[in-house]
Amino acid sequence: MSVIIPDSVEAAIAALAAHPGATVLAGGSDLMVEVNDGRRTLADVVSIGRIPELAGVRLDDDELVIGGATTFARLERDPVAAYAPALAYAARTVGSPQIRNAATLGGNLATASPAGDSLPVLLALGASVVVAGAAGERRVPAAEFFIGPKRSVVQPGELVVAVHVPVRRGPQDYLKAGVRNAMVIAVASIAIAVDLDARTVGIGLGSVGPVPLGAPDACEWIAGRARWRADGLDVDERDVVDFGDRVARAARPIDDHRSTADYRRHAVTVMARRALRRCVG
Amino acid sequence: MTAGTETRIPGGIGQRAIRPDGVAKVRGEFSFAGDLWAEGMLWGQALRSPHPSARIRAIDIAPALAINGVHAVLTADDVPVNRYGLEHRDQPVLAGDFVRYAGEPVAVIAAEHPDTARRAAAAVVVDYDVLDPLVDAEAALDAPRIHPDGNFFRDLVIRRGDVDARGQIVVEGTYEIGMQDQAFMGPEAGLATPTSDGGVDLVVSTQWLHNDRDQIAECLGLAPELVHLTLGGVGGAFGAREDVSLHIHACLLATRTGRPVKIVYSRAESFLGHVHRHPAQIWMRHSARPDGELVSFDARILLDGGAYRSSSYHVTANAACFAAGPYRVPNAHVRAIAVRTNNPPCGAMRGFGVVQSCFAHEAQMDRLADACGIDRVELRLRNALAPGDELLTGQRIGGVLPVADVIRACAAMPLPAPAPDDVLARPGGSGRTATASDVRRGIGFAVGFKNLMYAEGYMDGSVARCRIDAGVVTVYCAAAEVGQGFVTLVQQIARTVLGVDDVIVAPADTTIGSAGSTSASRQTMMSGGAVEKACRAARAVLDARTASDEGGKLDLAALTAHEPVDVTEEYHHRLTHPLDADGQGDAHVSFACAAHRAVVDVDPELGLVRVVHLATAQDVGRVLNPLQVTGQIEGGIAQGVGLAVMEELIVQGGRVRNASFTDYLIPTALDAPTVEAVLIEEPEPGAPFGAKGVGEPPTISSTPAIVAAIRDASGAVCRRVPVRPRDITA
Amino acid sequence: MSETYALHVNGKDHPVTDAWLGESLLYVLRERLGFPGAKAGCEQGECGSCSVLVDGTLVCACLVLAAASVGVEITTVEGLQPDARGAVSEVQRAFVETGAVQCGFCTPGLIVAVHALLERDPEPDDLAIREAISGNLCRCTGYGRILEAVGVAAAKRREAAR
Repeated sequence: MSVIIPDSVEAAIAALAAHPGATVLAGGSDLMVEVNDGRRTLADVVSIGRIPELAGVRLDDDELVIGGATTFARLERDPVAAYAPALAYAARTVGSPQIRNAATLGGNLATASPAGDSLPVLLALGASVVVAGAAGERRVPAAEFFIGPKRSVVQPGELVVAVHVPVRRGPQDYLKAGVRNAMVIAVASIAIAVDLDARTVGIGLGSVGPVPLGAPDACEWIAGRARWRADGLDVDERDVVDFGDRVARAARPIDDHRSTADYRRHAVTVMARRALRRCVG
Repeated sequence: MTAGTETRIPGGIGQRAIRPDGVAKVRGEFSFAGDLWAEGMLWGQALRSPHPSARIRAIDIAPALAINGVHAVLTADDVPVNRYGLEHRDQPVLAGDFVRYAGEPVAVIAAEHPDTARRAAAAVVVDYDVLDPLVDAEAALDAPRIHPDGNFFRDLVIRRGDVDARGQIVVEGTYEIGMQDQAFMGPEAGLATPTSDGGVDLVVSTQWLHNDRDQIAECLGLAPELVHLTLGGVGGAFGAREDVSLHIHACLLATRTGRPVKIVYSRAESFLGHVHRHPAQIWMRHSARPDGELVSFDARILLDGGAYRSSSYHVTANAACFAAGPYRVPNAHVRAIAVRTNNPPCGAMRGFGVVQSCFAHEAQMDRLADACGIDRVELRLRNALAPGDELLTGQRIGGVLPVADVIRACAAMPLPAPAPDDVLARPGGSGRTATASDVRRGIGFAVGFKNLMYAEGYMDGSVARCRIDAGVVTVYCAAAEVGQGFVTLVQQIARTVLGVDDVIVAPADTTIGSAGSTSASRQTMMSGGAVEKACRAARAVLDARTASDEGGKLDLAALTAHEPVDVTEEYHHRLTHPLDADGQGDAHVSFACAAHRAVVDVDPELGLVRVVHLATAQDVGRVLNPLQVTGQIEGGIAQGVGLAVMEELIVQGGRVRNASFTDYLIPTALDAPTVEAVLIEEPEPGAPFGAKGVGEPPTISSTPAIVAAIRDASGAVCRRVPVRPRDITA
Repeated sequence: MSETYALHVNGKDHPVTDAWLGESLLYVLRERLGFPGAKAGCEQGECGSCSVLVDGTLVCACLVLAAASVGVEITTVEGLQPDARGAVSEVQRAFVETGAVQCGFCTPGLIVAVHALLERDPEPDDLAIREAISGNLCRCTGYGRILEAVGVAAAKRREAAR
């Protein structure tokens, strides 16, 4: 077993190619849990958490470009807080302060848990993920990134290099329901992003399906029902209520030891209404 | 370094004395059992059954032995006497023919690296004939026996007065209490070292050194004198360390390998490796006159004791004796049953059976008050027990029990301010689920009481020794310090009685006689009493040596320059008696009561909750140390919060689904309420310094107060704890 | 396969020899480098008992791969206190004097977390303190005395800074 600490993305990709079966280590908040538990045997490790290219957030015209190894603590602050506040809200709910200081956006994507806190936001905002490997770089829309529970399009030898998050002009929010007020896995979560220029509403749902889900039908419907202004949108309360039901129809929740499908569906309904209400006016 | 210290700390009884091990703990220098190390030490690991019920056909240890670095792989045949148990030896050290719960130890391994030991455990091949587990407590009542001793741990009936009497207003209901876990922060740990005389030394975190010692000696076939236990630093207990866990395993491996063996549990193994609070199904029926005076009380309490007995026998008695709560009940019929199932074994957890009953009886009292059209606090006052009254068991309350006082004092406390406009202060916290308009505030009230000390004729005692040599005072007592601050109390007592500042608290071990268990809120009386007795006896010797008899400050150095003072004393409480066939008898030593008022913010649409404030008034006898009493109250309330809204071991088909802190949720700092406490000091006659144990009442009536507040805010019925979001939104 | 590397802990270089490279920083600190202050409460990052600072940032040592921590500044509770025997920082003193220590298992992790908090926010309010220590579980105290201790320590530190 060896631990390789490359100092560039290029070196990291080369290390992954040279060590087939190597594990990518960023913040360690998912990987080390499995290692400590004896559920993962490590062969080689390529540690990418301190590669300068992978850290940091920059504002590039109309999008935020977030390095794959950017921590959630960083995402709580500007410029993310200013230009993609829903992502900052979600970041604040990740684990604990200790976890937020280590866990990365790229790791959240690569682990691809249906309960990943940032993932509904990336869906709602229409973000895209830059995945790089020996064969080159590719850019994958968030909606195409997840293929099953804890399975993403990232192949062995690849890593998440950056996430491009469009800056949308308009209200956005993030709601996460959990039994405890800190350090909790979402029982259900929702992100909403209104784009007053494109006149669209984006939704992302967490913990209510095998992967993070969108609600395209509900979004299209509400965009048609809303009365759009340059500085906001109006929606009748009965349409807000209806919207909640429509979003819930996009959810595919299950019963598990954390909660029931019925409750999750109910929570999504309520949270979708509240989320939209907060965007209205 | 454990409890021995010479730091100069001021403070006798009643003062805010700081704990002698505090500095070591904040500096990370205090040695917990998990921090122990010995030259040549091996690491031990248990292999546990994945099945809740199975017959073991065969065990092949060869693949484990073949792994480099493995020194021993032991199974049932290697245990000289393969039966142990806290009160009754019904449990194998290593399962031989049957496994009866998922997590039951089947083999133990000693190896040079903890990872090697884990791999070796995984390499052992066990051929199980998997059986259908008995996982329903009701079904256990007439299921075929799953153990030679049968499926009943206890079936206790209390009959009082006229069991057919019934008042005009009747309220009945069924209540459910889920399986709570003690979830102490310091996982089980110990280091066993074989000695040259064929015995073994064990340093271990535990609640009762001598009971552990006796079980180890029996199972290893050793004379008790050959087994020596020393208390390692304990990372919390709350009942989970009353039963042995790794103790016999570690000693077995050490004596077999001839090497020191250390065992430390992972968090997951800890959840499987100790007993839990009994889940309960409780039916109650209260009847009263229209003015609210209780006429009759009926209850059926069914406790799921899991696979082995542990302390189920006595938990059942507590649940029954205190089933009606701190109220006068002239006529009653209570039946409390604890059954054996293939679920995880249950035993002692802070509150010990009374927690379950209190949740039910306080829900009932609210409903009864509403049915009578009487204020809920007023109903409780009208029926409040007082000294001279009789309990369900016919025992007349002889000591102090200020139920009406705690109720009034608690109800009179000012309510907290509305929540600040900050998302963190609302249900859901940083999850941003609620705005202020989504939140309703509810208030709930509950009262509870419990026995202190053991009961039913148990001859309890504690031993302490005081030695003064060349002016240096050392106190010896085997009482387990588990965080509660007994070591501080020792110093406070010695300072008060002997008029000294410096007191060395010797490490607890089995060299001295038993101090009994750190449980049942008993140590303040029993071991505090023993320490006081020993210090007073030492004082008497000193007084006899002085020329004058002023009784003032003594010159200890001068008086013990040539000859030390060394006295050992035993403390016993007064006699108690068993319960007869009708559950009647003078079975308890003393009691303590407390009232709680909870203020809870609820988001009724989503069922999320924020426990904002707990006001409490508690009957403490006498405050021996305000810092420590406050710590016990706040800590106990936090555990009550946990049971109310988030803590439950989910067991399905006999298997625990959430054996981790990811999914067994205990309150964080963002979940803990602000606590305000009024301490009612009415000294208990006959108790050392008039003090009562304070650890358990805070966990008993805090839970029902919180649930009552949730009902108030949401209108939800909430017949079970923990309350889940779907229980509120339904 | 084992290897040798060096970790910079509490201001000094510490060689780690003959270690399995998959060991967590928590394991290496406790079992190889003689820093038992950080405690193993869950090894999942869910309890905070193993909290340390890496480059001044609060993390769980159980989730850090030791061999990948070459070149960073690691600070444990042992590194936050005066060297002299029995000497304590203002934070530690406040914990002892307010009764915020019971069993003490969570205590070293909390000391580290509170040091980190007060470094970046010298005057935190109640909710800010609660959020800052929300990753440190305590089962004994119910957090009441801990919250008070943080307030006391913050006031003492502000006073000392003047």
